[in-house]
Amino acid sequence: MEGIFKINGKEIKVSFKSDAVLLSLLRENGCTEVKEGCREGECGSCVVLLDGRLVNSCQVFAASAAGKEITTVRGIGNIHSPHPIQSAFADSGAVQCGFCTPGMVLAAYCLLKKNPDPREDEIIEAIDGNLCRCTGYVKIIEAVKIAAKRMRENG
Amino acid sequence: MGDYINIGRSVRKIDALSLATGADKFTDDYEIHDPLYIAILYSPVAHAEIKQIDVSAAEKVRGVVDVLYYGNVQRVLHTTAGQGYPEPSPYDALLFDRRVRFVGDRVALAAAETREAAIEAVKKIEVKYRDLEPLFDMEKAMDESAPRIHVDDEYTKIPAEYRPEQNLAAEIKIGFGDLERGFNEADFIEEQSYRMHYASHCAIEPHTSCAYFDDRGRLVIVTATQVPFHVRRIVSTVLDIPVMMIRVIKPRIGGGFGGKQEVILEPLVALVAWRNKRPAKVVMSRKEVFISSRTRHPMRVRLKTGVKRDGRISAIEMDCLMNTGAYGTHALTVLANAGGKVLPLFNKIENLKFHGRSVYTNLPVGGAYRGYGATQGYFAFNQHMDIIARRTDQDITDFFKRWHIREGETSAVFKALGEGKEGVSQVINSCKLDECIDRGAGAIGWHGKRGKRIESGRNRVKGMGMAIAMQGSGIPGIDMAAASMKMNDDGSFNLYVGATDIGTGSDTILAQIAAEVLKIPVEMIIVLSSDTDLTPFDTGAYASSTTYISGGAVEKCAEDIKNQLLDTASVMLKAEKDSLKLDAGKVIDKKTGKKVPYDKIAYHTLYIQDQFQIQAQASCTASESPPPFIAQFAEVDVDRSTGKAEVVKFVSAVDCGQPVNPVLAEGQVEGAVVNGLSYALCEDYIFNSKGRMVNPRFWDYKIYTAADIPEIITIVVNSFEKSGPFGVKSVGEIGINGPAPAVANAIFDAVGVRMYETPMTPEKVWKRMKEEGVN
Repeated sequence: MEGIFKINGKEIKVSFKSDAVLLSLLRENGCTEVKEGCREGECGSCVVLLDGRLVNSCQVFAASAAGKEITTVRGIGNIHSPHPIQSAFADSGAVQCGFCTPGMVLAAYCLLKKNPDPREDEIIEAIDGNLCRCTGYVKIIEAVKIAAKRMRENG
Repeated sequence: MGDYINIGRSVRKIDALSLATGADKFTDDYEIHDPLYIAILYSPVAHAEIKQIDVSAAEKVRGVVDVLYYGNVQRVLHTTAGQGYPEPSPYDALLFDRRVRFVGDRVALAAAETREAAIEAVKKIEVKYRDLEPLFDMEKAMDESAPRIHVDDEYTKIPAEYRPEQNLAAEIKIGFGDLERGFNEADFIEEQSYRMHYASHCAIEPHTSCAYFDDRGRLVIVTATQVPFHVRRIVSTVLDIPVMMIRVIKPRIGGGFGGKQEVILEPLVALVAWRNKRPAKVVMSRKEVFISSRTRHPMRVRLKTGVKRDGRISAIEMDCLMNTGAYGTHALTVLANAGGKVLPLFNKIENLKFHGRSVYTNLPVGGAYRGYGATQGYFAFNQHMDIIARRTDQDITDFFKRWHIREGETSAVFKALGEGKEGVSQVINSCKLDECIDRGAGAIGWHGKRGKRIESGRNRVKGMGMAIAMQGSGIPGIDMAAASMKMNDDGSFNLYVGATDIGTGSDTILAQIAAEVLKIPVEMIIVLSSDTDLTPFDTGAYASSTTYISGGAVEKCAEDIKNQLLDTASVMLKAEKDSLKLDAGKVIDKKTGKKVPYDKIAYHTLYIQDQFQIQAQASCTASESPPPFIAQFAEVDVDRSTGKAEVVKFVSAVDCGQPVNPVLAEGQVEGAVVNGLSYALCEDYIFNSKGRMVNPRFWDYKIYTAADIPEIITIVVNSFEKSGPFGVKSVGEIGINGPAPAVANAIFDAVGVRMYETPMTPEKVWKRMKEEGVN
C-alpha cells in the first residue's frame, strides 16, 4: 500500500504492507524516537499522538493513520529547542535510561494540553499506561508537576 | 570533605535532554545498511535430546540466507555470564547444543533478508525431540534418582566445587567458631526457611544486538550490554575471531539491572555477520526476554539461630539452596553473595556456618539481578531478626542498632566469602546505619504505628515493618576500571571511560568527579564511554562498582591532568608550583594573585612553547569493597477479607557515602524500591506442569505502574568513605534488598502471619491467615 503520512508537520509518501503497524512504519522511516518495548500495547514506549490523541502505535494499523496528524516526541521539541516538559524531565532526574521517556513525555503533554493544573492522581492516571523500570515513577510525577507549573507561569 | 563545586550537586544528567527529545540512540535505533535479520527457534520442551533436525524447508524460504544449529556451528563451551576472566561461572553453554535443557533453550537460528522471512524460516525447521525426564524441583536436584542435566565435558575455569553428575553447579561452605557449642549456649533456637521466586529484569528495552563491518573489514558490534569489554572477549573466544578484529560499541542502554550482563545475543549476531560477511541484527521480543534470557535466581534460605534471652545470637547457620536453572550463570557468586553481603552485618556472632549449593534444573536460567543474592539473603535475614526481636521483646530498630557492624569493626565473613575465591579482609570505614534507622523511623512514624494494628476500614488493618541491608562497592581484587583524558583548546576536556552507563547516570557522575578535581563546571567535561576501540578498559556496569572503582580511575586521571596544568602554569606564571592552586578554570598563584586561565594553558601547550598534549590515563582497582547501608520501612494496609496487602508508604534512608549527585542517587533507590515492591507483591513466573512459563507478557506478568506505587520517601544520609574518590560508596543495588522483608514484617505486624514465600499475593496472604486461623 501507499499513503501520505503527516509526521511532525511534514508530509511523506510511504509504501507499506497492508498489515504493517504504525510503530514499524515510523521506525523504518527515521522516527527512532518511537520505541518498541513489548509490541503488545502494554508498555507505552511507542505512544504517539494521532490527531492529538495518545495511542500505542504498535496497536494501530499504519493504514488507519494515513492522512492523520502524527506527533512524536521530536515533534514537540528538540535538543536545541526543548519543550518545557522535556526540560522538566531533564531537570528533575526523571530520565534514567530514557527508553520510556519519549512515551512518558507525550503522555504528560497530552494531559497538560487538556488540564494545565492537574492533581497528582490525574498525573498518575495519565502516565499509568507507560511502564518505567528505572525511576520508580517518583521523579517522573515530580517532573510533570514542575512542567505544569512552568507552563502555567509562562503562559 | 571540602567546598565542592560539583560533588554533591544534582546537575542534570548529561544525556537527559537528548533522551527526553528522542535524539539519543539505542541499539535498535542505529541505521544498519541492509542487515540480515535473525530469528531464533526455542525449545518447546524442558528436557530433551534432539533426535533429528531438518532445516531444508527453512533454507528454502525466500530471503533466507543462513540457518544455524548444533550441526553447523563451532562447539565451544563457555559461560554467557559477563564476568571478569576467568569467570567463576561454569563453562556449560554452547551456541547451540544437541540437548535442550529448558523451555526457551536455543535450538537454531535463521538469518534472512527480512524479519518476516527469518520468523517464517524458524517455524519451518523440523525438530524431533526425544523427551528426557525433566527436573523442576530444586530440592530434588541432588537426589540419586534425579535426571542429570549436564552430561558432557562441562568444566570450571577456576578451582571451585562443581559436580554436574549431581546437578551441582556450585557449592560453598565456610564457618568459624563452634556451632554446636553456640546452639547449646542458647536459651532458644529459632529456625525457619524462606523462599524467593523467579523474576524478570523487565528492562523496557529488550535485548538487542547488531553487527556490521567497518571499511577495513573489522567487525563492529553495537549492543545493549552492561559489559562491552567482556562481550569482545567472549565473542572472540567462542567464535575464534581475533580480539583485534572486533570493536564493541555500547550506545544508550534502556535499562540493565543485571539482565544485560549476559552475553547472549552478541555471539549469534557476530556469527551470522562473520559467516556471511553481511551486517546482522537481532531484537528479542518481550516474550523471548521472559522465556529465554536471564532471571533472578530462586532461592530457599534456611536460617537457624541460637538466641540468648537478651537477643544475643550465640550461633547462626545459614543454608542456601539456589536454583540456577538450566545453566550455571552466576551460580557460584550470587550464592556467595547471599551469605557474603548479609552475614557480616551481624558481626558479633562468634559461631557461624554458611552452606550454599546451586543446582541445575530444567527451568529458566538465573543470572545477575540487582541485589545479586543479597536480596534473597536479606528476605530471610530481616524476617528472622524480626522474629527474634519479637521473641526477646525488643523493638526491631533497637535490636538492629545494638547488633549491626560499626565503623572500625570487621567481620571474618569478609575474608571467608569472595567472588569465586576467598574474599578480602576489610574494616568498615563509614557506617551511618544508626542515623538511617532513626531518620527512616521518624519519617514513617514508626513509634506511633508499629504494633498498634490501627484499623483503617472495615476488615482493614495497618502494620509496620522494616529491614536493613548492606551491599558492596565493586569486587576487590577483581574489578578494574580505567579512564583517560585530554585537554582541548578552550580548556575543556575529553573524558574517555570504559565504564558503562546503562541509564544510571554514570557518565554524568564520572564527569562530575573529573570536573571537581579540575575545578571547572561539569559542562567542560565531554564524556565518551564504552567503546572498545576508543575508551580504555572497564569490567563493566555490575557489582555496584562504577562510582567507586571507575570513579577512582577518573579521579586519579584528573589528578594527573591537574599536575600537568600546575607544571605548565608554573612556567607561564614564573611561579613555584607549590604556591599554585586551581580555581574556577584558572590556575592562581596564591602569593601574587596572578592567574592563567585553562584556555591560555591549552594554547600554550598546543601551539606556543615546549608543545605537548596535556593528557593522562589511569587505572583503578580496589583492595576493599566498602558497603553502603540502608534502612527501609513499609507501612502496609492489609485487607483481612481478601488478603491483599497494599503498601501505603515506603521510606528508605541510605548511607552511600558522599553522594556525587543526590537526585541521581535518590533515583537509584526509588527505582530499586519500586522494582522490589513489585517483585515482592505481584511479579511471578507461572509455570505449567511441563516447565513452560505461561505468562510471558506484560499483561500477565504484572509490573508496577505509576498507579501502584505508595508514597515513597528517600533520605540520603551523607557519610564519608575515605577509601573512595571524594568519599563515595555505591548506591545502585542496595535499595532492592529491603522492600520484600519490610513488607513481610509489616504484614506480620498487621495480621500476625509470617510470609515465608514471595510473591506475597492476596491469595497467599489469605491462605496464610486461614492456616493460622486469624481471619
